[in-house]
Amino acid sequence: MKILLIAEYRDGKLLTGYTEQLGFAEKMGAEIVMFLAGSDSALPNYGGKLYLADASSCGEFNPDAHKKMILEVVAKEQPDMVALAHSSYGWDLAPRLAYGMQAAQVSEVVDVQDKLLVVPACNSKLRRSIRCTTGQTVVTLQAGAFKPVELSAAPQVEKVSMTAEGRVIFEGYEAAAAGGVDLTKAEIIVSAGRGIGKPENVAMIAGLAKALGGEYGASRPVVDSAWVEHNRQVGTTGQTVAPKLYVACGISGAIQHLAGMKKSEFVVAINTDKDAPIGEVADVLVVADLMQFVPIFTEKVQAL
Amino acid sequence: MKILVCIKQVPDMESKFKVAAEGTWYDNQDLAWRMNEYDEYAVEQAVRLKEQVGDADLTVLSIGSDKVKETMKKALAMGCDRGAHIADDAAWNKEPFQVAGIIAEYARDKGFDVIFTGMQSQDRGSGQVGVLVAEMLELPSVSTIVDFGYEAGTIIAKRELEGGIKAKVKVQAPAVVTCQLGLNTPRYPTLPNIMKAKKKELLSIPVAELLKVNARMETANMFFPEKKGGGLVLEGEAGELADRLISILKDKTTVLK
Repeated sequence: MKILLIAEYRDGKLLTGYTEQLGFAEKMGAEIVMFLAGSDSALPNYGGKLYLADASSCGEFNPDAHKKMILEVVAKEQPDMVALAHSSYGWDLAPRLAYGMQAAQVSEVVDVQDKLLVVPACNSKLRRSIRCTTGQTVVTLQAGAFKPVELSAAPQVEKVSMTAEGRVIFEGYEAAAAGGVDLTKAEIIVSAGRGIGKPENVAMIAGLAKALGGEYGASRPVVDSAWVEHNRQVGTTGQTVAPKLYVACGISGAIQHLAGMKKSEFVVAINTDKDAPIGEVADVLVVADLMQFVPIFTEKVQAL
Repeated sequence: MKILVCIKQVPDMESKFKVAAEGTWYDNQDLAWRMNEYDEYAVEQAVRLKEQVGDADLTVLSIGSDKVKETMKKALAMGCDRGAHIADDAAWNKEPFQVAGIIAEYARDKGFDVIFTGMQSQDRGSGQVGVLVAEMLELPSVSTIVDFGYEAGTIIAKRELEGGIKAKVKVQAPAVVTCQLGLNTPRYPTLPNIMKAKKKELLSIPVAELLKVNARMETANMFFPEKKGGGLVLEGEAGELADRLISILKDKTTVLK
């Protein structure tokens, strides 16, 4: 079996996600080739063949151009599978490649069991194993699902002929809002999820954080609702944190949130839903109504 | 201007799920159904675009059994002009390539200027349909948008990347955009608009007329993930739970002095 891995490059830097793609390929026991629209001054550590397009000419984000270049590599290499990260770059590009290759696409692969790809369903409460009926497949891999593999050799670079033509015009990056609290430095974080119900209850979560001597954070829906500012968001599109204690209040535990906090040393989840996926990473799951439990818990912590 | 927004009806994700007897999907009994969260942002943005340009016709499309019409009525009450219900009792078993094929077949000759979809569904979560529809119609597409503007035929959008960074992009209509959470604040339908929505066109089209592509994959098995954490589950009265949690934190962590 041969897998074509698509590495990622952003804002002049090679992203490290390709090491997990290498881990996946190793698990599949596959021969590997790689494609990168990047730069020869930031090459992946991997000893195989690398098809390299110069991002300064073809663009870092140019779906039409990247699709065309990758399909040319596919035509030449005839891989059984093309693997990308399940990221803003990967999930955008994968369906375009799959369409061009007339291939099935399997999104957000978390595991391989009995040679079948496993993906999450229903906010990660369930799993599905997938059987493809096409000769070639395109897959995207969930961040953190496969063990990173770092190979120290330098790749054998083959430059690919480029195109810069594309209908989607990239006009630059907008940096994350700076300033305010730095959650990555907090030893204790108490986070509010959708389960807090209304914005007035943020104060209750902040109160518990203060009683514990920590900071408060929030999951995406709470930030999207503008109940808490973005620099307190924990998850893939916010902060990645690893405090000594993480208390998740009313957070169901979407993959994107878990990816941002699962390295915490000790996790307490407070939730009315015993089956919420947050339970998977929690050391202690307190099955309780936040409105009842948090005020009492806060009071008892203050009394210590 | 002609606008299309595609929505899906999904179970509330807080539901207690069971795997159905045939073993490849969840049991659809005893679930509360709602509009896929990502699609709510898509509908809101489509309605805002219609309000901005004034002279526009906005169609909402959904694939499923008769039950999905309830969710379509919400979209009509939010401001869509007409509904295209693709009647399919086996919609749950369609994979993204087929879903996109159905939508593209419906949209092909209708001249939509902008097609909105959610970036993914909450149940299947493939994140493929919007981009595939664009590929099938040979239109450009922008996925995962958190900001949308439209000016004289040009869409100016921001894509959400990892770590809070955004990418600013521009594309000429006709185009497809897929909407990420937080794109806007979806409106609540008002009572007068809910009443008005009842009178709006909601046509059903048999799926057989639009399904021209074959499935490229199938679910072999649906199952619950193994509980890896093996964490302690505490249940009981709040005061007692608080005491137990404090003693655990004293024992297992260094943060409580």
